[in-house]
Amino acid sequence: MAVGLCTLGLSGQAAVFEDSMAQRTLACTGCHGPQGKSGPDGYYPRLAGKPAGYLYNQLRNMKDGRRHYALMEGLLTPLDDAYLRELAAYFSALEIPYPPPSAQSTDPTLLARGQTLVRKGDAALQIPACVQCHGTTLTGVQPSTPGLVGLPRDYLNAQLGGWQTGQRKAHAPDCMAAIARRLSDADVHALTSWLASQNVPQNAQPAPRKPALATGAAAIECGSAP
Amino acid sequence: MRALDKTLPNPAAQQRLAGDHPAALLASQTPKSAWARLSLWATFALLLAALLWVFWAADALHERADVAHRAMSGATSGIAPSASSAATNPSALVAQGQYLARIGNCALCHTAPGGPAFAGGRAIATPFGAVMSTNITPDPNHGLGRWTADDFWRALHHGKSRDGRRLSPAFPYTSYTLVSRTDADALFAFLMTVAPVAQASAPSTLAWPFNTQAALAVWRALYFWPQNNIAPEPASAAAAPGAAPSGEAPAALARGAYLVQGLGHCTECHGTRGPLGGLQSGKTLAGAVLPGTPWYAPSLQRADEAGALSTAHTVALLQGNTAHQGFASGPMAEVVLHGTQHLRQADAQAIAAYLQSVAQPAKAPTQVELVKASPDPRAAKLYEDQCADCHGKDGQGQPGAYPALAANRAVLLDKPNNAVLTVLHGGFSPATARNPRPFGMPPYLLTLSDAEVAEVLTHVRTSWGNHATGVSELQVQQIRRVQAAH
Repeated sequence: MAVGLCTLGLSGQAAVFEDSMAQRTLACTGCHGPQGKSGPDGYYPRLAGKPAGYLYNQLRNMKDGRRHYALMEGLLTPLDDAYLRELAAYFSALEIPYPPPSAQSTDPTLLARGQTLVRKGDAALQIPACVQCHGTTLTGVQPSTPGLVGLPRDYLNAQLGGWQTGQRKAHAPDCMAAIARRLSDADVHALTSWLASQNVPQNAQPAPRKPALATGAAAIECGSAP
Repeated sequence: MRALDKTLPNPAAQQRLAGDHPAALLASQTPKSAWARLSLWATFALLLAALLWVFWAADALHERADVAHRAMSGATSGIAPSASSAATNPSALVAQGQYLARIGNCALCHTAPGGPAFAGGRAIATPFGAVMSTNITPDPNHGLGRWTADDFWRALHHGKSRDGRRLSPAFPYTSYTLVSRTDADALFAFLMTVAPVAQASAPSTLAWPFNTQAALAVWRALYFWPQNNIAPEPASAAAAPGAAPSGEAPAALARGAYLVQGLGHCTECHGTRGPLGGLQSGKTLAGAVLPGTPWYAPSLQRADEAGALSTAHTVALLQGNTAHQGFASGPMAEVVLHGTQHLRQADAQAIAAYLQSVAQPAKAPTQVELVKASPDPRAAKLYEDQCADCHGKDGQGQPGAYPALAANRAVLLDKPNNAVLTVLHGGFSPATARNPRPFGMPPYLLTLSDAEVAEVLTHVRTSWGNHATGVSELQVQQIRRVQAAH
């Protein structure tokens, strides 16, 4: 019961109906909550403030079978493209503060490796720096690249794992699938431990464009963020 | 016996076993009995072959008789095709075909999720396994590129492929057989204009023997006849006093019947099927649980299910207009989204008029003094906490957004399947041109137990004047299991 109440984010007072997007999207926020939320079968990620193109791509990926989650697929079936875009734009425009990071590993070697991968990548392993596409502050880049901070480690692990196994896909060329498959388990662990330990800056917004390419870095082709 | 001989050295044990086991008994008898057994099997096989031949021949005869009949009658059918000037104007023909393909919802089955339109690859669930939809783009190798309009007509009307192979009735030619030649030609002309896709059709996963031509011959001999006229269907309903709307033009009724029974293939989901999956005569709109899912396609005749209440109500539902406090959910939401919302006004009206004509009059409410079930405070609290914010304290709903639960036929169906599925999975009404920004309901699959779903639905189905049966925890569990397996 308590869980159910929280899922709707309601206080127990009779809610007043309003003809708004917030009212329309109770079906979404019931699980995702304002800041993302853990559920019995995994983590429902935050939607607020993510780039609209990214959110729209994920809705299409769910609807078109490139990502799999039965409840999402069922909810999206009767919706058309125009409404999916409107939903994406609505959540993208929400400005909701991020929670502080949950306690993470304090192993300095692990965190140092994670930070190196995020900031510089590993040329020998053909792993580009995360910041190259996800922005210097890692809060995402308009219009279609998501931020990497403000997400729990388990969720990040699950997504990288999903890309490695083909469970999660994006439009071809699927750059993240290629990169994730070059990451060892130890590197995934290091990377997500560091990312999940970072504070999200106040008023975090996706950057308007990608940062300039670092010297020696190669441009990456991504179907979902051309 | 030979195996037994080796493993059982004890003669007494052999005797005992031989005596107990009918197969062993047969084998232990004289050579004469062995001959008798052989001839029994041979007779059985011959009979089976003969029976199969009868079915095969009967099926072939259906087509021949129809061809002869059409030739004699000048190939005019008594049905109401989509009359237009299309026949003489190629672009009008294509436009007409596009409209027909849309309202017949060809793309919904013939497109894989996320795949190119009309290129096939969507799995259609049947009780015998999944049938994979085919590529109907004009690709010469994988699609209809080498087909003629005659071939296409034969597929719709006779359920046979270009090479004469029998098609699976998952492609609902049992309905499409009624599609007029004019409309078939328009559909074909349109399909020839879509982008060709060189994509082979994935094989179906039907189990043996359902994947054989012989099985299809038997099935077709039993359940399929090419038709050129709408049957006066469903029997006698139209004759029921007060059921037929007065003053409906016969042309509109015929057109409605044509769309419901033919191109719209409504009976494929709403019709009651026998054990072998054939539509039962006289029950083509009587309601059925869809194969492979627990969704129940309600009766389009019964007033307490989805029998037409008024022409305006049916038109609104088909066009995806929620103003009348009712909307399609589950698989029907997809039908509205991709198909019926595009119905021209006259066609939507014609369907509504026809459905009105077959609706059975509402039974007089039974004058039974209802024993008020002792109110379950736990269920009432559950309703108040989880449902009342949107559906109202007294199940009155929110016009245009959330359906009322009081006196809502969809909630009160004898089979609670759809109500259970809606609570478990949540949902949106279809995002149509007339309702482009629907409101949604969150899923409760992960937050409510089977017992809680049963309790709250029992509360809903027995409160505010609702008098439906309660829902049990077991029912919820079974529905949850079938849906999870799907």
